[in-house]
Amino acid sequence: MNDLLELRDVSVFYGERAALDSVSLSVSHGAQIAVVGPNGAGKSTLFKAMMGLVSLRRGEMLIHGRPASEYRDPVAYVPQREEVDWRFPVTVSDVVSMGRYGRGRWFRRRRASDLEIARQSMERLDIAALAERPIGELSGGQQQRVFLARALAQEPHVLLLDEPFTGVDISTKEAVLGLLSSLRERPVTVLVSTHDLELASARFDEIVLLNGRLISSGSPEEVFTEEHLQAAFGGQMVVVNGKVIAVDQCCGGDGHGTHGHMQNGTP
Amino acid sequence: MGWLTEPFVFGFMQRALVASVIVGVVCAVIGCYIVLRSMAFLGDALAHAILPGVAVAYLVGANLLAGALAAGVIVAVGISFVTKAGTIREDTAIGIFFAAALALGVVLISTTGGYAVDLTHVLFGNVLGVSATDLWISGGLALVVLLAIVLLYRQLLVVSFDPVFGRTLGLRTHALRTGLFLMLAATIVVSLRTVGVALVAAMLVTPPAAAYLLTRRLPAMMAVSALIGVVSAVGGLYLSYYLDVASGGAVVLVATAIFVLAFLFAPRKGVLWRLRRPRRVRAS
Repeated sequence: MNDLLELRDVSVFYGERAALDSVSLSVSHGAQIAVVGPNGAGKSTLFKAMMGLVSLRRGEMLIHGRPASEYRDPVAYVPQREEVDWRFPVTVSDVVSMGRYGRGRWFRRRRASDLEIARQSMERLDIAALAERPIGELSGGQQQRVFLARALAQEPHVLLLDEPFTGVDISTKEAVLGLLSSLRERPVTVLVSTHDLELASARFDEIVLLNGRLISSGSPEEVFTEEHLQAAFGGQMVVVNGKVIAVDQCCGGDGHGTHGHMQNGTP
Repeated sequence: MGWLTEPFVFGFMQRALVASVIVGVVCAVIGCYIVLRSMAFLGDALAHAILPGVAVAYLVGANLLAGALAAGVIVAVGISFVTKAGTIREDTAIGIFFAAALALGVVLISTTGGYAVDLTHVLFGNVLGVSATDLWISGGLALVVLLAIVLLYRQLLVVSFDPVFGRTLGLRTHALRTGLFLMLAATIVVSLRTVGVALVAAMLVTPPAAAYLLTRRLPAMMAVSALIGVVSAVGGLYLSYYLDVASGGAVVLVATAIFVLAFLFAPRKGVLWRLRRPRRVRAS
């Protein structure tokens, strides 16, 4: 059994509402997976459950065959939007260095290797020049990269990125995609949630399609079928000229309205 | 230079100086977390909440600081416990404990009669009345608090800046928070004699707020804050000696003056600096 991450019958409830309903999934080492689904499908909840930030109503989660509740060290997580106080007096370098804290390292003297890993992480995301800048002085895209660099500095086996392509500039989007390519060599298992089906299909090996429950998982060809998209996106989906276009309410009510995502087709 | 040393020929003034410096440092350092986490209300509430402890200690003839510490610990743990239940918001929990403890303190004190002078000292401090025992208790508590802040620096930094990240690293954020409450309670007890419960909130908030305007990183903020705390404490003591005014109030006013200067003239963050150059447009 070479599965790095295994979810068995995982259910998460917010009050009486099931955010995740009996999701079972196994992820092999080194895979890069896009988690897609309409808003409220439980993408963020899935990641929070993996990080132990929400408790499971049912089911269990294993990392390297061990219960995640007692062994989560190799998992790093970058939330959709960091809820931190941007006026806090920390520099980029301070934040990235936090990636070197953690179990057994809270009281340890900082080693040369810690500094080196933090430096490399900043270079990888092209923010080394900003190392001594307070984080409040950065642009939104730069701030996002700081937290990606911190996750990288954790040297994770599993990296969870929640909507890293939403609301960022083109260069940050490219930086994230570049990072994902380079992580293939390590290899680091990556789960990325996105509502960009085209990107998911083009850049990821595997797709997990959610809508509260697991609709389908596998290669893009296996997952992005009319039947599956119908189940996930319901009446918001249309089929044109053999090309599947799923229309979902994108971007969480920030005024973007509906977007069309084209799949498996050229105009 | 005789005027500098003149006050300190008296033993009580020497003790006042040591007590003021201790308060200046420990309030200013832990106050950085109070300011950064917007916990100023908690500081003020905890300060008032130790009143019943002082009253009980007075009634039974125990050391006032010991009574204050006991009350502070009970209230700190109580607020933390009620908040953890999750049904009541933290500021509400603080308000409830604060009012209840203050009321209890007033009721207890009213039973003693003829207590007005001592009560004034508790509320506004009486640094000239610091005994050698008080000094040992204060010094010991201050040392414990400062040591804890240094040892737990990384944990407190992470839970203050990014609690969600702290949880993903397995930090027990609630325990750390309770720990911070307890350190705060101890700090307030240390300050009881010098500035009193009514003014300790100023010593917790004003020097760190000034230091925040002058620095860019937390360790520097703590160091500058401690310096401002000491300058305020010593400066206030001189003012109090030569102008014959209440020492606690003088200390707080010096700190406030330093804050106003920083607010106006601080590089980058000061009001005048910002007027000079238009605000950078953020590309977020």
